[in-house]
Amino acid sequence: MPMVGEQKIRAGIVGLATYVPERVLTNSDLQKMVDTSDEWIVARTGIRERRVAAPEEATSDLAYQASVKALDDAGVKPDEIDLIITATNTPDMIFPATACLLQDRLGAKNAGAFDLLAGCTGFIYAVSVASQFIEAGNASTVLVVGSEVLTKIMNWQDRNTCVLFGDGAGAVVIRRVPGDRGILSSALGADGSGAYHLYMPGGGSRHPISAEVIEQGLQFTRMNGREVFKFAVRAMEEGSAKVLQRAGLSVSDIDFLIPHQANIRIIEHAAKKMNLPMDRVAVNVDRYGNTSTASIPLALEESLNSGKIKDGDIVIMVGFGAGLTWAGMLMKWYDYRR
Amino acid sequence: MSAVFNRVKEIIVEQLGVEPEEVKLEASFVDDLGADSLDIVELIMALEEEFDLQIPDEDAEKIRKVGEVIKYIEERK
Repeated sequence: MPMVGEQKIRAGIVGLATYVPERVLTNSDLQKMVDTSDEWIVARTGIRERRVAAPEEATSDLAYQASVKALDDAGVKPDEIDLIITATNTPDMIFPATACLLQDRLGAKNAGAFDLLAGCTGFIYAVSVASQFIEAGNASTVLVVGSEVLTKIMNWQDRNTCVLFGDGAGAVVIRRVPGDRGILSSALGADGSGAYHLYMPGGGSRHPISAEVIEQGLQFTRMNGREVFKFAVRAMEEGSAKVLQRAGLSVSDIDFLIPHQANIRIIEHAAKKMNLPMDRVAVNVDRYGNTSTASIPLALEESLNSGKIKDGDIVIMVGFGAGLTWAGMLMKWYDYRR
Repeated sequence: MSAVFNRVKEIIVEQLGVEPEEVKLEASFVDDLGADSLDIVELIMALEEEFDLQIPDEDAEKIRKVGEVIKYIEERK
């Protein structure tokens, strides 16, 4: 690990922005589409509405909107970017990477670019990867984007999945940050034995697109909610314990929690385990549903803009998702906007 | 009342936010204690932790009343 004097090089967030599509789909709109109710959805998930991308809008379009604003927030020009990592489950195409489409549109001509697939945990995975490049001295500026158009891979006849997800994007610029601020630790985990608890079978090399595959509905997301819920509750605990241990901190050191926004019940469970009152926990699942890789940057931006996170605060991010995967990250917040 | 009953009762009170008097052997989780499907998943997870057990889904789905949970745990202790 390169050192400057006595100081370890630490990566941190120096720019952040998000984008959500205009169209809002409420629970009462959904009541007209599938056999469900506002009461049922709110009680089980905490979701009241979600955003839906326009028919012509794809993941790279959302990613571009968020990225332009994030670069502006950081005061970084596109040609300063060394690497672009797009975390997504809904790339524009199976290949090439959505990150390459974004690189071209941004004019980030000096950047390498790739996509990272780790379910809803993808954003934390990608920031963790970015921080390794910075700390190793192999990149100075990394753009990480979580972007999803999940509403296009839902079966709108399946009330167990279509009510849960929404579209959105969040982008962060990662650079070296001064002093003792920045990313303190991260931990990534996976349990592939749960791969079939949350998956989209069709369109890959196992079930390439065919009339038969479409007839069987394999192009849609499938989920065993009960199993994912159980995994999620445990993953939040394991993820937070591991990053705290790696940073030599304890639960009582946490100032603010940014959990993946999938379900209010899982968020409340995690907050309780960390002894955090809900005013120190980011929640926006009510307005956006589960936006997968966009959920953490969306929640982080709201918390920052409302002044809930201050310079020097210990912030923990924890998530879980398809794979199954989980991850945690601890940051000592660097207030780059000061 | 058995020691298992008291420990289970404590967990049910905590997880479902009900009064201890409501937790009777014949009480149904859904009809009497107001639990929904996710409450039951959380409850089963808390019981697994407390009693160091694995309760498979097919067993969990059959458990409807407080007394059935106690019996299940006592048979496996």
